[in-house]
Amino acid sequence: MFNNAQEFFNTLPLIIMGGGIVISLLIEIYSDKNKVILPWFTALLFLAVGLHSLFYTNDVSIVMQNMLATGGNVNIFYAIFTLGAAVVTLISIDYIKKYDMYFGEYYLILQTSVLGMMLMAAAKDLFVIFLGLELMSISFYILAGMNRKRAKANEASLKYFLLGSFATGFIVYGIALIYGSAHTTSIDFITTNFAGLTSNLLFVAGVLLFLIGFSFKIAAFPFHMWVPDVYEGSSTTVAALFSTGGKSAAFSAIIASLFALFNGPSGNVFTPYFAVISVLSMFYGSIVAIAQVNIKRMLAYSSISHAGYLIIGLAAGNHDAIAGVMFYLGAYTFMNLGAFGIVSLVEGKNETNLDINSYAGLASKKPFLAALLSILMFSLAGVPPFAGFFGKYYIFIAAIESKLTWLAILGVISSAISAYFYIRIVVLMYFKPATNDFQIETSNSAMLGIITSVIIVILLGIFPGSFLDLITRFI
Amino acid sequence: MNIPIEYYLILSAFMFFVGVAGVLTRRNAIIVFMSIELMLNSANLTLVTFSSYLGNSIGQLFVFFVMTVAAADAAVGLAIIIAIFRNKLTVNIDEINILKW
Amino acid sequence: MTLQIVLFFIFAAVSAVTAVIMITRTNAVISALFLVLNFASLAGLYLTLNAQFIAVTQIIVYAGAIMVLFLFVLMLLRPENEKKILDMKPKLQIFAMIIAFIVFIQIAYIIFFAQPLQNISPDLTNSIKAGTIEAIGRELFTKYIVPFEAAGFLLLAAAIGALVLAKKKFE
Repeated sequence: MFNNAQEFFNTLPLIIMGGGIVISLLIEIYSDKNKVILPWFTALLFLAVGLHSLFYTNDVSIVMQNMLATGGNVNIFYAIFTLGAAVVTLISIDYIKKYDMYFGEYYLILQTSVLGMMLMAAAKDLFVIFLGLELMSISFYILAGMNRKRAKANEASLKYFLLGSFATGFIVYGIALIYGSAHTTSIDFITTNFAGLTSNLLFVAGVLLFLIGFSFKIAAFPFHMWVPDVYEGSSTTVAALFSTGGKSAAFSAIIASLFALFNGPSGNVFTPYFAVISVLSMFYGSIVAIAQVNIKRMLAYSSISHAGYLIIGLAAGNHDAIAGVMFYLGAYTFMNLGAFGIVSLVEGKNETNLDINSYAGLASKKPFLAALLSILMFSLAGVPPFAGFFGKYYIFIAAIESKLTWLAILGVISSAISAYFYIRIVVLMYFKPATNDFQIETSNSAMLGIITSVIIVILLGIFPGSFLDLITRFI
Repeated sequence: MNIPIEYYLILSAFMFFVGVAGVLTRRNAIIVFMSIELMLNSANLTLVTFSSYLGNSIGQLFVFFVMTVAAADAAVGLAIIIAIFRNKLTVNIDEINILKW
Repeated sequence: MTLQIVLFFIFAAVSAVTAVIMITRTNAVISALFLVLNFASLAGLYLTLNAQFIAVTQIIVYAGAIMVLFLFVLMLLRPENEKKILDMKPKLQIFAMIIAFIVFIQIAYIIFFAQPLQNISPDLTNSIKAGTIEAIGRELFTKYIVPFEAAGFLLLAAAIGALVLAKKKFE
């Protein structure tokens, strides 16, 4: 199973996560104080796995009969997923009490979804990609419908479920065609023989079906219709996980399974597909977001346009693009989690304060919260000193390297459009009189999560080089 | 094995198309879900065909996992449909319209 | 005409026809029953492909467990029949049908004209060997142990989730 200690330590995040799920199940069944222990156990579990992955990055080792790749850039993905999930846990603790929907199962399903994401990032075989994806997706359907007294949550869960399974159908059919043309599901084989395989129409059709299925999961334009409804309908904390963890995991799976896409100096057969859906997602997301009044729907459309920027990296298809996509995913995870965290804090019982106009005058009542939200909004808009700027910068540079300058220019135009609706929130908070009395219940755990993500966003903005070095060391 | 492999593949492509058409046109959530099961089954047929004609069992193993996933999907999906039926007393997608579809 | 070809055409015709009937019925129970028939004929097709283990699993898991769950839920909820198959936004649905049909034509074209398919030389001995429980079980518990464990977690999550979503008592 393991040939040496390094392989074992590289695989440890997956083992701890799997063991953690079993322990959580036992805590939920046997402990009398499960309502106190389980949330904090979950947060600490995610933190432990995340810190281990971040500080124990070695070269990649292939373990378990060529099924898993661990260490290296896979560990960086682990860190993004688990630290993101730790923040989600922190903002959930008081939020789900506010809605009277405490279920121990909530934390358990959170853990299984993160295990699914980790398997997708680690996959060296299409089997593992498929099962990781399904583990994550099924957990997400459950999380979306967890607050089952609300009709909206039921509906969000049904929509997510039907469209998600529809996408799964495409992915399975795509994998079947890939298997038929490559005669194996091993990703190493596909990577080494990629040039020969792409001359085979059956393989190209299979990969396209596979990518269409994944386009649903990353919320790219023609396959985005579930995003606003699901984010609006499900709990804010869960929507935060969908938009960050779910998207990062889908990108990690595309990078893991189609690594060969990134070997060419200037793109490949699939570049036109990526270029078209990235342009459509960026502009559709940015333009429709302007018209939104519900802040969760606005963040959903912003998530579609961010998917567009990330797909530019896939279209560019070189090693700098992978580094750019990973940096952007790290930055996007924390800025979006912070923003959703503040929304979940401001949100009153029974879904009040979700209108963007209810943020008017927040600065005079809660100056600290308003300052944090402004930092996150500036970062999402891509204003220089923050992490969001450098994510976009690295991706656009990679696109220019691949002679896709027009795509980079369209990306810059789209981010200029999207700056409007991010900055509008800041203007509302600082320059409009307060119409709302902001009965915000204080929540120390949520504040801890939000402040952590803001600190990470600022640190990634000030020292982008050190995180980028960590990523590029393994590509 | 004197049946050309194309026959099986065309049959499964046809079933996949019927499944996709069912998902896109039907409004009853349960029938939509059954159409998704049909799509998964047509993919299974492709996998088994390739597995049999190539003489390796990878495709059949994959079908085994697809069946596991389909069972898990059915459990969760039908639980969601029961939850929504309790609140709204309908399974018609068009009547489930608080959020814009 | 060998027996295999006759069986293939019978099962293929049944599965294609039942699939079409399944998506065109207004009554969900009738749809579900035709889907059971479709799954059973697929099991027959798997037998013509020498996939004995998958054929049996198809009957037990799909026709036996999943479809029974569907029928159980249909019995529990008793949804009313749809009035028409194409009622809401007919133009959009016809457009969607056309797109789906074009995709089907393309896939069929690729299948007929793809070079590598002609290079696949069917080998009866290997084919029979690949479909036995022995071959599948050996691979499953050695090489594919990670997906197997992942499937275990998947079923755990699904069982917990189904309980949370559908249990009667709400705290």
